[in-house]
Amino acid sequence: MSLAVLVAAALFIGVMAYGLFAGADFGSGFFDLTAGGSARGAELRTQVDHSIGPVWEANHVWLIFVLVTWWTGFPRTFAAATETLFVPLLLALLGIVLRGAAFAFRKYSGSLKQARLFGAVFAGASLISPFFFGTVAGGIASGRVPAEGYGDLWSSWINPTSLFGGVIAVGTCSFLAGAFLTADAHREGHERLAESLRRRTLLVGAVTGLVVFAALVPIQHDAPTLAAGLEGRAAPLVVLSGLAGAATLGLLVRRRYAVARITAVTAVATVLAGWGFGQYPWLLVDQVTIEQGAGADATLVALLVATGLAVVFVLPPLVWLFRFTQQAPTGTSGPHQEEPRAAAVPDGPRPGRRRRLG
Amino acid sequence: MAPSLAALSAALLPLASEPAGLLPAREQMAVSLGWHIILACFGVAFPAMIFVVHRRGVVHDDPVALGLARRWSKVAAVLFAIGAVSGTVLSFEMGLLWPGLMGPFGDVLGLPFAFEGLSFFVEAIFLGLYLYGWDRMPPRRHLLMLLPMAAAGIFGTYCVIAVNAWMNMPTGFRIVDGRVTDVHPWAVLLDSAAVLQFLHMWIGAYMLVGFVVAGVYAAGMLRGRRDAHHRLGFTVPFVFASIASLVQPVVGHVLGMRLGETQPSKLAAFELATHTEQPAPLRLGGLLVDGQARFFLEIPKWGSFIARGSFSKPVRGLDTFAPADRPPVNITHVAFQSMIGIGSLLALAVTVYWVARWRRHDFLATRWFPWFAVAAGPLAVLALESGWIATEVGRQPWTVFGVLRTVNAATDNPGLWWSYAGALLLYLGMTIGAVVVLRSMARRWRAGEEDLPSPYGPSEQGGPGSHRHAADRSDREEVGA
Repeated sequence: MSLAVLVAAALFIGVMAYGLFAGADFGSGFFDLTAGGSARGAELRTQVDHSIGPVWEANHVWLIFVLVTWWTGFPRTFAAATETLFVPLLLALLGIVLRGAAFAFRKYSGSLKQARLFGAVFAGASLISPFFFGTVAGGIASGRVPAEGYGDLWSSWINPTSLFGGVIAVGTCSFLAGAFLTADAHREGHERLAESLRRRTLLVGAVTGLVVFAALVPIQHDAPTLAAGLEGRAAPLVVLSGLAGAATLGLLVRRRYAVARITAVTAVATVLAGWGFGQYPWLLVDQVTIEQGAGADATLVALLVATGLAVVFVLPPLVWLFRFTQQAPTGTSGPHQEEPRAAAVPDGPRPGRRRRLG
Repeated sequence: MAPSLAALSAALLPLASEPAGLLPAREQMAVSLGWHIILACFGVAFPAMIFVVHRRGVVHDDPVALGLARRWSKVAAVLFAIGAVSGTVLSFEMGLLWPGLMGPFGDVLGLPFAFEGLSFFVEAIFLGLYLYGWDRMPPRRHLLMLLPMAAAGIFGTYCVIAVNAWMNMPTGFRIVDGRVTDVHPWAVLLDSAAVLQFLHMWIGAYMLVGFVVAGVYAAGMLRGRRDAHHRLGFTVPFVFASIASLVQPVVGHVLGMRLGETQPSKLAAFELATHTEQPAPLRLGGLLVDGQARFFLEIPKWGSFIARGSFSKPVRGLDTFAPADRPPVNITHVAFQSMIGIGSLLALAVTVYWVARWRRHDFLATRWFPWFAVAAGPLAVLALESGWIATEVGRQPWTVFGVLRTVNAATDNPGLWWSYAGALLLYLGMTIGAVVVLRSMARRWRAGEEDLPSPYGPSEQGGPGSHRHAADRSDREEVGA
């Protein structure tokens, strides 16, 4: 394996980690958005706060890793992509900013009215980002980013592959989030919530699975290079994805939530990996290969050193964070001991006065 | 006719070749960097201040200090969240606004960003552990979560500043036949030039956060809240800010001394030097009007001493640079002197405060000093922003000094005004959101509510039926949003 391919592999592992972990955070926006009114949706929204609150920022950093590795390792392709896919990248960024800011604001809102506003922004923005990242992937995978940059500002991402990419991204993120939230709700003893999440995750999973396999038809014409890869080298991954997705649905039906998380991650990871293997050895499909797009060798070596250091310094605490937030006893800011407030009407009295001693 | 047309089009060509996105790209970068830098300061300096009060709370079993740490960590949760996303904006903008920089030079300048990403990872992980760790972790271990966070913030700052130092003093590559070659990626990260610039920014971050946070508690004292909570909340950040204010002039001076060699055009703009003088005077105030320096106070020889470290060395004038290589003088000069002026004022003020305290005068008991302390927060922000404006505008017309002009770095995207307008709205919205939420947190804390549960918290679950109606209405609103 050449240096360039090693760095591209590190880059793609970053893409997959972002797709899986940040994807699950984004996907929780789907359930938050469809949770119902303030009273009906309160339990689910509290669960979303609880599940993604401590980890979303760390999961978000995978995106920074991807961007930095891309522009350092393959600078000209990065510039070509930002010049061409300007609009969807900007909109994905808009989603990221609104999602992160509104999520933090909602948690500390002073009134229900504000929390509803920030909550709607958080949930809506959570779906914007994956959609536009999906269109970006579609634009690259269908060969619409020219090597010299400044490709068409609109048709580069408004095309069949991109639109399917966007819908698949939203669907897989929601599916992942559903699997994780259901397991979290079950583990923390919110059975009613787990049941409702389970039903909706089943629906989302079935629909997303259909869309993923339906997408194979239009990309035959729209992205022939990718299609050839998916039917050739990446075919085992496509099959595995279908099996893992079906297994997840089966496990959810049988309420085996903990295991269903693993198969859900496998199903989505294989979709992402299928895209990566499908377009190999192209970096920008039909335009620039990984070898052609690579920057200076010394920089590629340095990037591998940085990646190695990340494995040593970042992965252990990251694993610790995940384990700790999954296992730690619930403290004062957890849902069980949180001081209950009197049920609020939207324009109700100020929180300080409506505080009730528990 | 034909030759004169050709001459005309040749004369117009430089104008026509200016990329469509140049001006909006500059404006958007300035707004997003100027906004993010304030939050970045909190990311760098706030964990250390939280550590001091939290440690006091744990080690001395001090409930006031512990309560303060608990509140500050909640403030940090909000500020770091918007800091994380506004930092992401900058990452995107590197490519969206400046493809002419990232395409040719990405593999030269990228490595420090990779390490910055690494430290951002560590910061985000330990922030998560720290925020989630309240009451769930043994107290001393919980306290220690702040240390990797603080260290990562400092290292991350160094990495980003290393890239900026590289833009000022490029190194680690050669250009042969118009192509970047012979790339040494480590040169940017390990460049000694970055160290001083980093120190300047790091100390600036302590000044900004120290004065802003101390100002919040000074405002409380003005409203009669002169309890232990407010005294501690004022004193800890004020000590950080005081030390930083006294060290900063020294670091800034040493940093500025190299400008004569490395970026003489920036120095000329800082000093309002229209022509070369030996020795050069120090000009306080002043503007460039029709190519002439006007409205300034002149101190002979001191310009040479401050800029070059000697009363006899010359300061190169702007007239020695081709017009196309000169920075916008007035913005650079005014920003530079604002930074110096405010920095000197703050250094003087903290000196007076601590001398008076040593002589057993408590300025905090007065009304005028807390007022000044409140004003010091915005002043420190202004100084930091001025410093960034001075160094960035002063580097123009270059993005990479002497190597890449900003016109060649900017995107050619004609739609950039839209994205700039969107960015302005977005930042306005985030500012309003942050102010509303932080104020409401403070209000609830004053009302005695410590935990700040979310308003749709558990009590909403299965709440009384009478509230269902309102909730159902909100249901429709949310789906429609």
